[in-house]
Amino acid sequence: MTLTSIIFAGILTYFTRMTMIALISRDMLGDKIKAVLEYVPSAVFPAIIFPGIFINDYGTFIEINDPKIYGALVAIVVGYFSKNIIATILSGLVSYWFLIFIVFS
Amino acid sequence: MLSKKQLFTRGMLDISPHMLSVIPFGIICGAIGVELGFNPYLVYAMSFIIFGGASQIVFLQLLSGGASSLIAVTSVGIINSRHLLYGAVLSEYLEKLSFIKKLLISYVVVDQGFAESNKFFKKNRSEEYLHYHLIGTGCTLWVFWQIATLSGIILGSFVPEELGLKFAIPLTFIAIVVQDLKKLDHVIVMITCGLSSLLFFDAPFKSYIIISPLIALFVAALLLRLKK
Repeated sequence: MTLTSIIFAGILTYFTRMTMIALISRDMLGDKIKAVLEYVPSAVFPAIIFPGIFINDYGTFIEINDPKIYGALVAIVVGYFSKNIIATILSGLVSYWFLIFIVFS
Repeated sequence: MLSKKQLFTRGMLDISPHMLSVIPFGIICGAIGVELGFNPYLVYAMSFIIFGGASQIVFLQLLSGGASSLIAVTSVGIINSRHLLYGAVLSEYLEKLSFIKKLLISYVVVDQGFAESNKFFKKNRSEEYLHYHLIGTGCTLWVFWQIATLSGIILGSFVPEELGLKFAIPLTFIAIVVQDLKKLDHVIVMITCGLSSLLFFDAPFKSYIIISPLIALFVAALLLRLKK
């Protein structure tokens, strides 16, 4: 790993952040595109959530009874009703730990 | 009308719960770099220059696995290309800023900051200094990311691996989208994205991270047509 490669990666990353904010004016996007953009959070974040749950560190699918699935389900239910970020994260983690350290150990 | 300081503070407060996942992930990220045998200064330089958690880990793993710099850099670019979508959404609210301010604020746009500030923007469109909320979320994430990765580099992975704290990352994003489960159209878009990400997980350069949102947005466009 060289500093040059990091700088190139950094410049590329910066361009992904800056391009749409600084170089594109909002008028260039039509109303239809704006309506579709309303869905960006729902369309992007599951691509981080699903692999984070269903694919393990070695890039293979987890089994159907993996504790992560239950942890995620608990977090969804708690998050939905509590509307609280800390409660969502902690409930998911604690139920996951409960399963790996107590139930499955 | 809220003052700049109030908006900045509000941004800091809105993002702070996410530190539960950002801090352990940062520590892991710093520790992995050193464990893989890279120069600690370069591992830290990534946090400052790239400032993108998942892409930093992939960069390290590819290079340690013997991939060329070109492949590693390309992968970082593709993984981070999702920021183009965040920028497109944020541009509406940042339109009035000067070009220089737009250039500066772009540096701190990351997933969780975008998500929380976007929620705030939607509810408070009329605020004059709206962008201070984004600066608040972005700067908080930046500071904690630097401290967390530095701690991981210096102290090693003092977070026990058995705790599986990487799992906090999907949980943090569940917390972000969970309220949208109330809306059927959003549920369809989320499931499309999630299933696509699993289907295309092995696509080259980790491109599933941008392929699946594009498929999901296409489905969103179809849903909008049906609604009419």
